[in-house]
Amino acid sequence: MKPDLTLPKYLSLGYIAAVTGILVTVAVFIKLGWVVERAHITQNGYRGTAMDQIKRPEVERMLKLANALPDPIDKASPDGDKATAVYSNVQVLKDLSADQFNRVMLSITEWVAPEQGCAYCHNVENLADDSLYTKKVARKMLEMTRHINTDWKPHVAATGVTCYTCHRGNPVPANIWYTNPGPTRAAGFAATNDGLGHPNAINGSTSLQGDPLTPLLDSKAPIRVAATQALPGAYGAPIQTTEQTYSLMIHMSDSLGVNCTFCHNSRSFSNWSESTPQRVTAWHGIQMARELNMTYLDPLKGVFPANRLGVTGDAPKLDCATCHQGVNKPLLGVSMAKDYPELGGVPAP
Amino acid sequence: MAYYQNIFTQVQVRATAPDMGVDSQRIERFGKGAFVHLFGRFGNAQIGPIYLGYLGVMSLFCGFIAFEIIGLNMLASVNWSPSQFIRQLFWLALEPPKPEYGLRLFPPLNEGGWWLMAGFFLTAALLLWWLRMYRRARELGLGTHTAWAFAAAIWLYLVLGFIRPLLMGHWSEAVPFGIFPHLDWTAAFSIRYGNLFYNPFHMLSIAFLYGSTLLFAMHGATILAVSRFGGEREIEQILDRGTASERAALFWRWTMGFNATMESIHRWAWWFAVLCPLSGGIGILLTGTVVDNWYLWGVQHGIAPSYPHVFPPVIDPASVAGAVK
Repeated sequence: MKPDLTLPKYLSLGYIAAVTGILVTVAVFIKLGWVVERAHITQNGYRGTAMDQIKRPEVERMLKLANALPDPIDKASPDGDKATAVYSNVQVLKDLSADQFNRVMLSITEWVAPEQGCAYCHNVENLADDSLYTKKVARKMLEMTRHINTDWKPHVAATGVTCYTCHRGNPVPANIWYTNPGPTRAAGFAATNDGLGHPNAINGSTSLQGDPLTPLLDSKAPIRVAATQALPGAYGAPIQTTEQTYSLMIHMSDSLGVNCTFCHNSRSFSNWSESTPQRVTAWHGIQMARELNMTYLDPLKGVFPANRLGVTGDAPKLDCATCHQGVNKPLLGVSMAKDYPELGGVPAP
Repeated sequence: MAYYQNIFTQVQVRATAPDMGVDSQRIERFGKGAFVHLFGRFGNAQIGPIYLGYLGVMSLFCGFIAFEIIGLNMLASVNWSPSQFIRQLFWLALEPPKPEYGLRLFPPLNEGGWWLMAGFFLTAALLLWWLRMYRRARELGLGTHTAWAFAAAIWLYLVLGFIRPLLMGHWSEAVPFGIFPHLDWTAAFSIRYGNLFYNPFHMLSIAFLYGSTLLFAMHGATILAVSRFGGEREIEQILDRGTASERAALFWRWTMGFNATMESIHRWAWWFAVLCPLSGGIGILLTGTVVDNWYLWGVQHGIAPSYPHVFPPVIDPASVAGAVK
C-alpha cells in the first residue's frame, strides 16, 4: 500500500500552540510590565567556579531605606567631671565624663526607646534606682557592646557596633531568637524526627532542623562535618549533624543576604584554601555570637520577666540576623561606632 | 488511514471486546475488562481483567503498611492537624534512628523504630512485587528483562537504605522518608562526604541517566517520525526491514554517521537505564566506607583541577595558635 503522506488536520492545533509560544517569547523580550528587574550578578571567584553574587535591585533599594542612619548626636568632651562624680550607681561607663555619659543616655533613648523615653529603663523619680528590669538588661548590653568593639575586632573590624546596629529604634531588636521546640506534635511513641521536617524562617523553608541555633550558636559544639582526609578513619559526623550545620549555614546566608559562594567554593565547602577571605570573618562571627549568647544573654534569663522569655523559658538570644539584617555588612558598612568612642570603638581621627 | 506521527495519540486502536490474552495465560482473573477512553489517550484503553495473586496481594498489603506508618507518623508530627498535614506535606519526615542507636534492631519507636518498620515493609513490598513481575513474565513466556531492570532500581534502594548503613554500622546513615527530607538528605550527604560530583561512579550514573533521556528522545522521535511508513510496528520491522526502518537508519547515518538498528536500540536503552542505578549504587556504597571525602580523593587522583587563586591566601582560623576551636 502506498503510504498517505498528507498532513492531518489536527496539525492546525500545533500551529496555534507554536504561534502562542512565539508571541509569549516575544512579550518576554520586549519587557512587558510584568517582567521582573534584571538581577545584578558579580563574579566573585575565578571564572568557571560559579562564585557569583546575585543582587536584586528591588531588594537593594529596600535595604538602602531600611539601613538609613539615625540623626547624629553632638560629640561630647571627655574632659570635665567624671560621670561617677555626678551620678550615683554608675557601674559600666565609669571611665566617661559626665558629658559623654549624658550623650550615651541620649543616644540609647533615640536608638532603643525613642517612643518610651527615659522611663523605659529609669525610675524617673530616682535615676539611680535599679528596680526596672530594662535597666539591668541595658547595663549588660552596654557592657556587651564595649566588649564587642574592643575584643571582637576580627569580626567587627574598625567598623564596630552601637546599640543601633541591632535595635534600630526598637526596644527589642527585630531579629532575636529563642529555643524552638518545633510545632506541637503528638506525644507518646510517634516519631520525633530530631527536629527535622518542618519549614520555618530559620531553616529557609527546608526540611532541615528547625532550630540549628540552640545547638550551634549557644554552645561550643563542633560545626564542622566534612571529612578532613580522603579515606575513612573513625566514624565521623553523622548526616543529621551535617543537616544541622547546613540549616545554620542557610540561616547565615539568609541573614547576610548573600549566596553560599560569598564564603565558600561549592566544589568543597569545607576546604579553607578554596574559600574566600569573608569566610574567616564569618568564622569569627560564629565564635562571637556563641560567646555573646553564653556570656551575656543566657545569664539574663533571671532578669527578664516571663513575657520576654521563650516557650522553653530561655532568654532572648542573638544570631547573625540580629546585626546584619539582610546585609553582609550591617548598616551597609557605615561605621557609627567611630563617632561613639564612649562605646569602646576606635574614635574617628 | 490513521495517523500516528503526531506527538499526541490521535487514534485509539482497540478490539470490539476487551482482549483476554494469550491461551497460555491460565490464571483466573477478576472481571471481564472494560475500555476507558481517557486511558486510551495515553496508552491502552483496556483495564482488566485483573489478576493479583498472593504475591500481588502480599506486596500491596506490605506497601500499605509502610505507607500508613509513614503517613500516620507525619500526621502525628503536626499533632493530627489535617490542614497542617496538607500544608507541610512535602516537608514532613520519618527519620531513621539517631546515630547513638547504631544498628540496633529495636530502637525506641519514636526515635527510629517506626522508620525501621516502614523500611522493612516497604522492602518486602518491593521484593514481592519483583517476584510477581518475574513470574508474570515467565507465565506469559516472555524474557525477564523488565524484572532485572526493576532489580537494578531495587539495588540502589537497598544500598541507600540497607546495605550501606549496615557497612557503616549505623541506621542513621540511611535516607529518611519524605519528599523534601530525602532531597535535603541527598544534599547533606554530598556535603558530608566531600562532594559526590568527584565520585567516578556518580559521574557514570549521571552519564547513564542523561544518556537514557537522550536515547529515549532519539528513539521516540525516530519511531514517531517513521510511523507514517509503519515504523511503529517495530518488532515486525526487526524481522522484515521495510521503508520505515531503512529511512530511519539512513536519517541517523546522514545526521551523525552511525545508526542503531531496530533491535539494538532497545539494548542500548535497557543497558543505559539499568546501568544508571547500578553504577549509582556502587558510588553510594563506596561513600563513607572506602572514600570519606570525594573532593580530597579527586585532588589526590588528579580529577579535581586547581584554579588560580584570586583571593589572598585563606587559612583556617581555628588552626591559628590560641584560637578557640
